[in-house]
Amino acid sequence: MFAIYKKELRSYFTNPHGYVFAGIFLALSALVFSYTTLLMQSYDTTLYFTVMVFALVVLVPLLTMRLFTEEKKLRTEQLLLTAPVTITGMVLGKFLAAFTLFFSCTALTCINFIPLYLIAAAERGNLPYDTTHIGPVTPQIIGCLIGVVLIGAAFIAIGTFVSSLTENQLAAAIITIAVLLALVGIGLFANVIDVYAIRMALGWISILGRFSNLSSGIFDIASIIYFVSLAFLFVFLTVRVYEKRRWS
Amino acid sequence: MIKIERLTKNYGSNLAVDDISFEVGAGETVGFLGPNGAGKSTTMNILTGYLSASAGRVLIDGVDILSDPIGAKKMIGYLPEQPPVYLDMTVDEYLNFNYELKGCKLPREEHLAEICDVVKISDVRRRLIKNLSKGYRQRVGVAQALIGNPPVIIFDEPTVGLDPKQIIEIRSLIRSLGKNHTVLLSTHILQEVAAVCDRIIIINKGKIVADAKTENITRAVDTSRRFNVKVCGNQKDVIDTIKSIAGVSYVEALAQKDGDAYTYTVESEPGVDIRKKLFFTLSDKGMAMIGLEAVGMSLEDIFITVVDKNQGESDKKTAKYERQQRRGRRQRSIENEIGDTLYREAEQRRREQSESEE
Repeated sequence: MFAIYKKELRSYFTNPHGYVFAGIFLALSALVFSYTTLLMQSYDTTLYFTVMVFALVVLVPLLTMRLFTEEKKLRTEQLLLTAPVTITGMVLGKFLAAFTLFFSCTALTCINFIPLYLIAAAERGNLPYDTTHIGPVTPQIIGCLIGVVLIGAAFIAIGTFVSSLTENQLAAAIITIAVLLALVGIGLFANVIDVYAIRMALGWISILGRFSNLSSGIFDIASIIYFVSLAFLFVFLTVRVYEKRRWS
Repeated sequence: MIKIERLTKNYGSNLAVDDISFEVGAGETVGFLGPNGAGKSTTMNILTGYLSASAGRVLIDGVDILSDPIGAKKMIGYLPEQPPVYLDMTVDEYLNFNYELKGCKLPREEHLAEICDVVKISDVRRRLIKNLSKGYRQRVGVAQALIGNPPVIIFDEPTVGLDPKQIIEIRSLIRSLGKNHTVLLSTHILQEVAAVCDRIIIINKGKIVADAKTENITRAVDTSRRFNVKVCGNQKDVIDTIKSIAGVSYVEALAQKDGDAYTYTVESEPGVDIRKKLFFTLSDKGMAMIGLEAVGMSLEDIFITVVDKNQGESDKKTAKYERQQRRGRRQRSIENEIGDTLYREAEQRRREQSESEE
């Protein structure tokens, strides 16, 4: 598993995909951050994180679209599947490699908060945050970061699953975008439905709805479990895709 | 070492491998031979755990590939039909990746250097696989299969797409591997198995149609004896004379002329040696026999015969194919003859020239 993890991580830096992802992700986050906070003269970062979740819909496929499609095209899949490695190990290696790159980029975007905190400190003068309540809300930011990381993991798992289904990178990317967009947009769609049960169900699935709990600073266990199990579910399904191919 | 029991594989309603069983002993080099689409690759993919069988068992040194895939895969080095190389890696990176992937415990530097030496890729280790030729990629694929020194090595059509020199190199490599590994090799090139393998298993339409030692298979099917005879005299008379000899089953004149002599292809009935009789009968009639050459049945003939015997329903088609093959072969031998003659003439001219210069 570790060999595959290393290989995948390396391939992000020998191919344009990794650089394109990191470049766009970092640039976009900086841009969105300065527009939503600095230029709007606001300490509220919720909008920034919400926009970033939308950005992930387009960016995550960059990470996942070649994971399995490339192996199929080059026939190197045969190498991995005839090597003494379990299928779970193979899928996890690839998933974790994509997740590592995403996680590092997210960690890097935390630089964005430095100017916000500096400005807040200057505005407060010598007074502490507790008395003035001027500045960004740290628990909220932490909640949002956890949310974004977990949503990213779930998205990567979905992208990994889609790429195991097709041989074409472009098809993998487009299908992934469509699926992710549906998952994110479902919450917006739910608001216009009158039937209570359906609205509840859609709201339950909705990524953004669950994210809003975390982004308001509530440590919502249910949401965290939802994102984690979404990631697990699709990693598991990817393993099944390969197991099934061996069996039929 | 490799044991296959009643292996069957369906792709939907399509039966790719139909109830085949065979065993390969330790240290044996076995050729797995069959026309395209016979089920060779499917069998190899099942053997290596890439696909699973619809029914039947595969044991690698007693380990079931289905119940203990990791254990069984550890013992196999596999080169699929297309070398499974990553184009964006250098040879070194690729081999190191495989070393880690296979969880190899041998000392890394020495082991990889040794393998590179064996397959002769030491000079390209720092180059990107993308920039290597097909022959080199194939060798990198072979190197991959050798990592970890697995006791069983499986090659799926290892010489496809290589130039003649590379083919010879790969074959000699396989032969040397055969000395201390169990090697299973699939191919549709008949010379290859004859050159490399101790034993041939012929598979057609998912069934094993022959399984024997290489020399036995050559002998067993060689039921007719064929000669090229060069005789002086009128073509029609010669043919009539040869036909009159007991034991001759077939005569045909070839369009080759050497002075007043023609070459004829003569086939005898099985178990009859007609050479002496042929000589004396012709000499009695005053027809000088100036050449006699045995034309062995080629592996192609053997292959076609074996496959034919096992598919009565498409007899007509294959008979036609065989006729075409035979015609083609004759054409080739004529070409050789013409080539030889031209070469000889050129030699002579050169000799005469050098003599006149002196």
